[in-house]
Amino acid sequence: MAEAQFLIRHAGPHVTIQDAGRPGLSRYGVPASGAMDRPALALANAALGNPPGAACVEVSPGGLQLELTRGAITLAVAGGGFVVEVNGQKGGSWSVLTLTAGDRMTIRPGPWGSWTYLAFAGALQAAEWLGACATHSTSGLGGGRLVFGGTLTVQNAETRPRRAGPIPCPVWCRPRHEVPLVLGPQDRFFPAHAVQALLEQPFHLTASHDRMGVRLDGPRLMPESALSIPSEAVLRGAVQVSGDGVVTVLLADHQTTGGYPKIATLAGAETDRFAQLRPGDTVLFRAVSPRAALLMARQRAAQTDACLAALARKP
Amino acid sequence: MTGPDLRPPAFRPVADRAVLVEFAAQPSPQAEAAVRALDHALAERPCPGLVEAIPAFVNLCVVFDPLMTDHDRVTGHLRGLLSHPAPQRSAPALHQVDITYDGPDLPAVARARGLTPDQVIALHQAAEFHVVMYGFAPGYAYLAGLPEALALDRKPAPQRGVPAGSVIIAGRQCLITTLTMPTGWWIIGRSATPILTGDPARPFLFDPGDRVRFRQAGHG
Repeated sequence: MAEAQFLIRHAGPHVTIQDAGRPGLSRYGVPASGAMDRPALALANAALGNPPGAACVEVSPGGLQLELTRGAITLAVAGGGFVVEVNGQKGGSWSVLTLTAGDRMTIRPGPWGSWTYLAFAGALQAAEWLGACATHSTSGLGGGRLVFGGTLTVQNAETRPRRAGPIPCPVWCRPRHEVPLVLGPQDRFFPAHAVQALLEQPFHLTASHDRMGVRLDGPRLMPESALSIPSEAVLRGAVQVSGDGVVTVLLADHQTTGGYPKIATLAGAETDRFAQLRPGDTVLFRAVSPRAALLMARQRAAQTDACLAALARKP
Repeated sequence: MTGPDLRPPAFRPVADRAVLVEFAAQPSPQAEAAVRALDHALAERPCPGLVEAIPAFVNLCVVFDPLMTDHDRVTGHLRGLLSHPAPQRSAPALHQVDITYDGPDLPAVARARGLTPDQVIALHQAAEFHVVMYGFAPGYAYLAGLPEALALDRKPAPQRGVPAGSVIIAGRQCLITTLTMPTGWWIIGRSATPILTGDPARPFLFDPGDRVRFRQAGHG
């Protein structure tokens, strides 16, 4: 079968192999990991006719340059507003294109977004750990980080010319400054004015933004007293407050447990577009009920399924 | 199932996809037993849409798929489990873990507690530990049962680059590291026993609740 091979000519920090992740192992200290923007990864795959959770390259703002050294292959790029340049020809993410041997492709940040996904028509060869290729960035376990001078191999590589062209970018894949969250589970340990500050004052993303989480600049949210809770489970999207009142939102490679109080947790459906925000961006948190957040998750799942089905219908 | 010292559990919704069942504000053997019992009962009788249950010192976080169920249904299921006595479990597994007591902090631990290094080793080796929970990083199992005579606060600043396989202690706990990571705990030895086993059928050596004893490598 045909094989395609790429030489990695540049890979910024935090460029890793990701897939749909390995949920269900938090009780062993293993977070689900997987794409920071899960719908974008699924759409990149679906645009090629791949299973939605297939392994992709997750490109960070550090960017990526690949040279196809062997074979010919169709690729899809989805997520964020990145610049995709092939042999000097500029295009954008949310597109399907075909490379032949000798072609060079550069992916770098464009007008918006922090993460984009490069999917391959074929099977990207990547190390599995506990049933998934998703890279756990802190340990490097899983498919791993891309490094300068390394190679990527795709087995059963195909060109799928009929898939070429743009991928529609759903509006809910774009980040929004208003971010819904559910208060708790430890909001009761904060004075009313701290909860009010969380919901009424703007926060800004700092440059401390990686796969584990993002630290926010904004009002300090001091708990009622010097507070240490017994270590307990932490979910993706947890809004954690450290001893000095600084807020951090935990993301795909979060620690599975922690002893800092969590004043709130982002609505699951909004966690991925939140991850697409950039350092300096402003967020305004809005409290919704657990039930409202659950209905948002159901609505988003239906919207995602509809987009995936439309892409699957493409010949 | 809840002991006389425990308040009735609180059920706290977490975002769109979890219920945190909390048995106490602070750790105690009773709280831990209650968490363990509910964790076991849920494993025996999972509810539809269950993704995972994450045990910790005073609570169990029950994560569900919001497309398949909701907070009320999961809470109802958990209340049902709590209202029935837990099925009798067989005794938790006992693991023997190899250790070489050559950690760089062994002399400092001995000094701080007014012991000789040999006394530290004897106390650590005589203790029976049990796995309270995993946390922090893959395979980091918090082992309770460190004797009071060895209890020390964490170091004021974490030490970087502590290699995987280090046996570290702080408070009344012990831990075998699985990654090279910074830690503020005291390094008393190293272990060649892998916690991340590499065996797909049983990728982690311990289950929460399992018992653990340390055995000096090369001493039978």
